[in-house]
Amino acid sequence: MSLQPFKSIGIGAAFSPNLKANLYEAARLSLFLKSKLFLIHVGEVSDDKIKMLNFFLKPFEKDNLDYEVVYKPGRPVDVILSTTEEKNIDLLILGAVQRERFLKYYVGSIARKITRKAKCSVLLLIKPSVERVLCEHIVVNGLKDPKTEQTIKTAFYVGKQLKSKKITIVEEIKQDQVSVKVDDDKSLRKANIIKERIRLRENSRIKDIIEHIPEKYTKDVVTKLQPIFGKQGYSIGHYAQISRADLLVMNAPSKMTFWDRLFPHDIEHILTELPTDVLILQ
Amino acid sequence: MSPKKNKIKDFLSALPKNIFSGFVVSLIALPLGLGLAMASEAPPIAGIISAIVGGIVVFIFGGSYVTIAGPGNGLVGVLLIAITALGLESAYAAIICSGILILLLGFFRMGKLADFFPSSAIQGMLAAIGLIILGKQFHIMLAHKIKCEDTLDYLFEIPFTINHALNYQNKGLIFATLAGILSLAIMLFYSKIRNKYLQLIPAPMWIVILSIGFSYYFELVAHEANPIAKEYMISGIPSIQTIIADMHLPNFSSIGSFSFWSSVLAITLIASIESLLSIKAVDKLDPEKRRSNVNKDLKALGLATIGSGFLGGLNVVAVIARSSVNVNNGASNRSSNFFHAVFLVLFIVLFTTQLTRIPLPALMAILVYTGYKLASPNLIKKIFSIGKEQFIIFFVTLLVTLKIGLITGILAGVIVTLIIHIVINKTVSLFFRNVMKPNVLMYQEEGQDNYYVSVKHFCSFLNYYKLKDKLDAVPEDKDIIVDFSMCGFVDHTVMENMHDYQELFKKRDGHFDVIGLDMHDTDSEHPFALRRLLPVPNIIKNNLTRRQTSMEDLAKDYHLNYNSKKLRHVYFLNHFLFFNTKTINYIYNQLSYENSILNLFDIEFSEGEFIAKEVIRSTMLHIKLDHTIPEFTLDREGFLEKVYAFAGFKDIPIQNHSDFSNRFYLLGDNEEAITAFFNDDLVHFFESNPYYHVESNGESLLIFGKQRLASIKEIKALFDFGKRLKEVIEHE
Repeated sequence: MSLQPFKSIGIGAAFSPNLKANLYEAARLSLFLKSKLFLIHVGEVSDDKIKMLNFFLKPFEKDNLDYEVVYKPGRPVDVILSTTEEKNIDLLILGAVQRERFLKYYVGSIARKITRKAKCSVLLLIKPSVERVLCEHIVVNGLKDPKTEQTIKTAFYVGKQLKSKKITIVEEIKQDQVSVKVDDDKSLRKANIIKERIRLRENSRIKDIIEHIPEKYTKDVVTKLQPIFGKQGYSIGHYAQISRADLLVMNAPSKMTFWDRLFPHDIEHILTELPTDVLILQ
Repeated sequence: MSPKKNKIKDFLSALPKNIFSGFVVSLIALPLGLGLAMASEAPPIAGIISAIVGGIVVFIFGGSYVTIAGPGNGLVGVLLIAITALGLESAYAAIICSGILILLLGFFRMGKLADFFPSSAIQGMLAAIGLIILGKQFHIMLAHKIKCEDTLDYLFEIPFTINHALNYQNKGLIFATLAGILSLAIMLFYSKIRNKYLQLIPAPMWIVILSIGFSYYFELVAHEANPIAKEYMISGIPSIQTIIADMHLPNFSSIGSFSFWSSVLAITLIASIESLLSIKAVDKLDPEKRRSNVNKDLKALGLATIGSGFLGGLNVVAVIARSSVNVNNGASNRSSNFFHAVFLVLFIVLFTTQLTRIPLPALMAILVYTGYKLASPNLIKKIFSIGKEQFIIFFVTLLVTLKIGLITGILAGVIVTLIIHIVINKTVSLFFRNVMKPNVLMYQEEGQDNYYVSVKHFCSFLNYYKLKDKLDAVPEDKDIIVDFSMCGFVDHTVMENMHDYQELFKKRDGHFDVIGLDMHDTDSEHPFALRRLLPVPNIIKNNLTRRQTSMEDLAKDYHLNYNSKKLRHVYFLNHFLFFNTKTINYIYNQLSYENSILNLFDIEFSEGEFIAKEVIRSTMLHIKLDHTIPEFTLDREGFLEKVYAFAGFKDIPIQNHSDFSNRFYLLGDNEEAITAFFNDDLVHFFESNPYYHVESNGESLLIFGKQRLASIKEIKALFDFGKRLKEVIEHE
């Protein structure tokens, strides 16, 4: 496992009311993760813009923040994606939109396109703030998937860097793994026995993964395992919301087709209903 | 001993009880079967045939335990239309097809079908069916056969029929009308009279017995012809030989027509909804707290319907009134269903000629009462108290069902409910954006035994099945917390179901808590009202009746605490055997003493369901004991107990106290501990004091006298009795 999975962090810098908060979040994260920050601006260079960005990032200079601003005109989605590839960016930060009147967040259309196409990890922020909000509780998926091991390791790494106190690994178990349908008392008992077995099996699988993580990442943090029988990708978001997690770490989906969007599953559920900040790992 | 052998032994030991309750049920099933069949314009015997086939097939293949299968009330409306539109022969074909569909519903695990309809719409539909039954049979009850085009016209004709009946000149018609009115009176007042001997025979059977007796009186004593007009006597009860000989094959020739299939669909829909609702309600009454396998039961009912259709019977559905009578008479497994069928066969074989002595109006009075119960003003009042919007849904469904038809009616109910939900929430997107989302999350925290369920977005009849799926996967003796705090809207259907779950969990030692609704707004104070996320002020009502004020005074005199409020959570009563087959609605007017060690209260509970339902109010005393004692039930000995003893209930004799053993009836599992517990002091205490029903659940006692509210004087006596009994018991 590489000790520093994120060498470079990218963020789109559009001149919106959220700019300051977005920059602060990105800069702080770059410092925590010891990575280089790339500000990607869709548009031409101008003195005003340079001045403004410099002004916003001034407070971080004393901490030796390493950053670079990229100016590139074009369509936002293309610009950001191409810059990510050119600059070898490992982690892209995107902001979410709040649905008016409700305390619900979703990913806007541009950010959504980027999320689907990006080849690097993506961090979706629901409410960037100028002041630091502690990231106390991280929820990470424990799906049975080849990517999961890396995801959990990265989650522990991020947790260590952000000084999180608690990491919950949620194992989503598909309903159809429980082969018995509940009809009466007898089948209910059977189903519960099967569920208990699956639960134990999943827990031992995750525990095995955790044991392979260097101890310095796991010792200061409370680790909890939570098996859930439910819809993959959706129930973990629901759980993160209930348990008031500050960050949700997920595997990137294997591939996306048109049908996946029409009948949303996995990550698409999360994109329409952001429960909290979400980190999607490639 | 192997568990299998044990099962057979248990089955055999429970057999007498099941035969007994099967017998009592058959007493209701006989008149109801005849009546329901005649109301659907099928030959009267068709109802009995479906009950017999249902009893036998569901006994073998069914998945429920104490439900009774037979011809259903709800089906009268659809079967009537099917038979008038298609003719009897083709209607049998439609019944067989609906049986196949119900069978398929069972195979495709569509036992959740009934959950997709808003409960007010179902209520409206059932009320419409009730009015159809009532409207049509009321005229026959008053010996005035008429023929109308529309179901509503039958209702509008009722005043004219009454007027007509008042001016009868014909002696035959007058007697027929009298028989009808008398029978209706029996149905109405039967549940009000709590006499043990009277209650042994169900009201419909009393009607049958009395009318047969009446006819014999004229034949054998007065030597006259029966004064009731000939055309108002039951006709066409064939003997068993002719039933078998006359078996006609159903006519499948109209199978291609539209009206055939619309009938099949309507019959299937109503039959499955009625069965599912009944199974659900009866599961709550099951003293052994088992969970019915709905899909298996649907399959059995479908199979029974196919068989019944071929034999010339009607649809077989799970029925609630008969099932609740079954439970109340001590049934413990499906064999009672079988015995009810056996007794029906015996009745038909032995008493065919006697059955033709029943006057039609008397039989129709039973149906009028059934119809009235389905659409009773109380029901409408209850729906109105839940909320005006529920009343609109109810009324629209009712009217459309009466005016157009059942399927259109229930669809109208669904659409109106949806529109009302949209209007109340002022948003369409809440529903359409989220309806497909898996909005329910359930998990069990590591190392903890309780389940936590969180519901997001909205929860209404549209997506209730998702919540139900999760909740059904939890054993009822566990703790479960349902959190609606992230749910913007919860409708009446869901609230009602949550209440049902609460009841179920309470009865089975679990806990079912609903949280997160404090921020939601309701229009009414009813616990089932729909809820929307918004802050709401609380209004507290306070006006006491005279009895309540005197109880308040009594509380002051005796230094007791008095609380007049209705309390719906009465966990402390759940372990008493007495409430096993009864549903506690609430307790109120509590008088408690010393940290509620002695707690006296008025209680409302109900026994049975639907037409066999009896709501009882009583005053009871609950005493917490400081040490455990054996579980027992003590009541006065009587004829009924002897009958029960015959059916397999055991009376524990106490040595050297033959007077006590003769006068009291003592029940319990642990005979040794009970005989040890009833020492001289205790026996003398009971012998020298007035009779009360005393029951112990091990940790506390429940004492009550009559099954009605006690007067202030009786309250004092009960209190005194309880106090002294406690002293005697704790003195040991």
